[in-house]
Amino acid sequence: MRDIACKVLVIGAGPGGYVCAIRAGQLGLDTVIVDGAPLGGTCLNVGCIPSKALIHAADEFHKLDAAAAGATPFGLSASAPTVDFAKTMAWKNGIVERFNLGVGGLLKKAGVKSIRGWARFVDGKTVQVATDTGMQTIRAENVVIATGSEPVELPDLPFGDRVISSTGALALKEVPRSMAVVGGGYIGLELGTALAKLGCRVTVVEAADRVLPQYDGELVRPVLARLEALGVEVLTAATARALDPAGLTIDIGGEARTVAAETVLVTVGRRPKTDGYGLEELDLDRVGRFIRIDDRCRTSMRGVYAIGDVSGEPMLAHRAMAQGEMVAELLAGERRSWDRVAIPAICFTDPEIVTVGLSPAEAEADGHRTISTLFPFQANGRAMTTAREDGFVRVVAREDNHLLLGVQAVGAHVSELAAGFALALEMGARLEDVAGTIHAHPTHGEAFQEAALRGLGHALHI
Amino acid sequence: MGMHTVKLPDVGEGVAEAELTEWQVQPGQIVQEDDILATVMTDKAAVEIPSPVTGTVASLGGEVGDILPVGAVLVTLEVEGDGNAAPEPEATPVPPDPEASPDVAPKPAPRPEPEKKAEKTEPTKPSKPVSAPSDGPVRGEHDRPVAAPSVRRRAKEGGVDLRQVRGTGPAGRIIHEDLDLWFSGSGEARSGSGRVANTAVEEIKVVGLRRRISERMAEANARVAHITYVDEIDMTELERLRDTLNREHGGDRPKLTLLPFLMRAMVNAIAKQPAMNAHYDDDAGMIHQFGGVHIGIATQAPGGLMVPVVRHTEARGLWDCAAEVVRLAEAARVGAASRDELSGSTITITSLGALGGLATTPIINRPEVAIVGVNKMQMRPVWDGTQFVPRKMMNLSSSFDHRVIDGWDAAMFVQAIRRQLENPATLFLED
Repeated sequence: MRDIACKVLVIGAGPGGYVCAIRAGQLGLDTVIVDGAPLGGTCLNVGCIPSKALIHAADEFHKLDAAAAGATPFGLSASAPTVDFAKTMAWKNGIVERFNLGVGGLLKKAGVKSIRGWARFVDGKTVQVATDTGMQTIRAENVVIATGSEPVELPDLPFGDRVISSTGALALKEVPRSMAVVGGGYIGLELGTALAKLGCRVTVVEAADRVLPQYDGELVRPVLARLEALGVEVLTAATARALDPAGLTIDIGGEARTVAAETVLVTVGRRPKTDGYGLEELDLDRVGRFIRIDDRCRTSMRGVYAIGDVSGEPMLAHRAMAQGEMVAELLAGERRSWDRVAIPAICFTDPEIVTVGLSPAEAEADGHRTISTLFPFQANGRAMTTAREDGFVRVVAREDNHLLLGVQAVGAHVSELAAGFALALEMGARLEDVAGTIHAHPTHGEAFQEAALRGLGHALHI
Repeated sequence: MGMHTVKLPDVGEGVAEAELTEWQVQPGQIVQEDDILATVMTDKAAVEIPSPVTGTVASLGGEVGDILPVGAVLVTLEVEGDGNAAPEPEATPVPPDPEASPDVAPKPAPRPEPEKKAEKTEPTKPSKPVSAPSDGPVRGEHDRPVAAPSVRRRAKEGGVDLRQVRGTGPAGRIIHEDLDLWFSGSGEARSGSGRVANTAVEEIKVVGLRRRISERMAEANARVAHITYVDEIDMTELERLRDTLNREHGGDRPKLTLLPFLMRAMVNAIAKQPAMNAHYDDDAGMIHQFGGVHIGIATQAPGGLMVPVVRHTEARGLWDCAAEVVRLAEAARVGAASRDELSGSTITITSLGALGGLATTPIINRPEVAIVGVNKMQMRPVWDGTQFVPRKMMNLSSSFDHRVIDGWDAAMFVQAIRRQLENPATLFLED
């Protein structure tokens, strides 16, 4: 097979890699992208997209369930709903396949050569790809490592039939009757909530003393309340020991206890994928397990870049995409460096959590004197008319010049508010700017404006 | 409850007005009797104004930098009892004679208009911090520049480090117009070296002592026709004498510097040329020639130049002069010099010691007519007719008001000082 020479080689076709390749192609760079799995990476195949599809289906089912139980405040009734889970999964898979095709089409349109197969580094400019038709050698002037991350396995609970990762949870054949979620981070709680809504008895087992540790207690409280209402048991300071036919044995408070668990979902974290493709040949500098990068995503080797989960926290698709776009433009000779004020993060639990910028504690730790005020959805018209008044929007601003430092929200549907929050931060908005922007009535977004008004001492609706 | 107005008291003889240099209190603050309300600056002395009563500050009579006439309302206090102010204020106190200093005050002294004032100085205070800062503090060194993504990109592509750009938007936000200005204004300054032009402009209000100095220097330079005469003096003999005296009296008397000798030489020279020890009142067309020699010693104080005065030098001995110079310089440095100690000089010495340089062009301490500047002393080779010999040499740079002192007389005066310093015995001759 004849060797390929190119200007840009992207290893990994997840959101970071394919965006980088598309942008490089748009800029006229001779670009090749390599992945052994379907295009789209974790995000499109076994992450963000399929999990959101499952969560949506679960939400819809749960609403019918509530109607059947006569539990809606607005008087719906229905006969007992059922779910054809195979169809749910087929629908989800259809979405994923559309994305696979869509990404392929976008790459082609941008003039990017896409190669299916697992790559292995020979040196910093050369990789070998094991394709269906044989070994393909690719020489590139620049290499972008976008290999992503993978679920962390627990030694006592190796992945298998009954012990699954998030990937396994998105490929279930049927809804298990009971499930233990080991690891109370956002992935475990998102999937655990969805399966609970589909009728699974879910128990969350978290080793730390609280779930969702990256969020402050104020933000997590509405989520815990909802989990309790859904019948999800949350066990903290609890350690999973072993799985037997009776269930999952855990240690809690020094005592052993068995948790019902037809299936165990292990979501104790993700680690960067740095093994198995010859990365050690390059001997790149690391930060922990991550590849060390600078503000241009350059690694310690000239002409080798790293983007996305393999390059550090936060491991989020939109960060990877922004990095990929930046690297492509750098390779095209443009002047770029990482200058983003904030990377929004969303937890698709019920209610959802959005964080952008600094939390009150982080702002204080940064040495700022701050104003931090929140507006509860109890006083928001849209929240009341959707019968979901739990949650709030909170703003954090500098006391001296009212510059917005962070925005957090928890509540049903608040994920869509992330755009406005991030825009405000990137534009350098002050509380006065948010307060002075008309936020359409009646929407959840009004709570953002009201939180800002409250920070200025004159909230109108509280 | 009544109101008590505190007026700017008469802070010194002949002082009609004073500049407000510092507020020690704020509206709403409770003050005890004798607490300091404000600091004002008269001619050259700072004066602290204490509160005559106990009460709560209701309003302030001006802003820092304002010139207040004596008798103007400085502070209005809310006090127990009736206070001293009628509910409707009395007529405006006597304004300063506008002729006295037509161009000193950049702002007119504020007139007490209590109702309006109350509005201005007592903002309605809501329970929360609401008052929107107009633009907030200037960006700190480690603060990240605030700019929209499009501005950041344009800066990056233009090779501009946004940390160097002054933001004029809210909260110091850098806007496209700021970049326009940057690109149009300082193109050539950025080329090559990788250094970037710093376009920051810090506004420093000139108040207090600095404003006094500024006004007096400008006036002296504008009105006096200076002639500066520099000559070289062989200090070897004098230094030998000074050294001997200091060794002999090291323990029991103040250390002698050059200054007491120079002062003695000036006193003797003035005895022959009294015209040098005078004030020229050019407005009145009158020269006041003084019998007493009051020598001002220009001194660098933390706030700027001050000139404490050694009075009646003609009646003082060497060590007396030395002690007085030390005492006054210290008082000026710590800000403890009284108004009397800072005024009334008839001739001035300016010396920067080791920093004295080769020659200077001293500005006359108006309305005086002469100033003697001391330059650096150093060992220099001097031709004695047969060979070069090392001598301790020093220049004197002296300025004279050429309107009333001719060059010839100026030269004679400096030569008289020189002869005495070079032949120290003549300093002490009683002729």
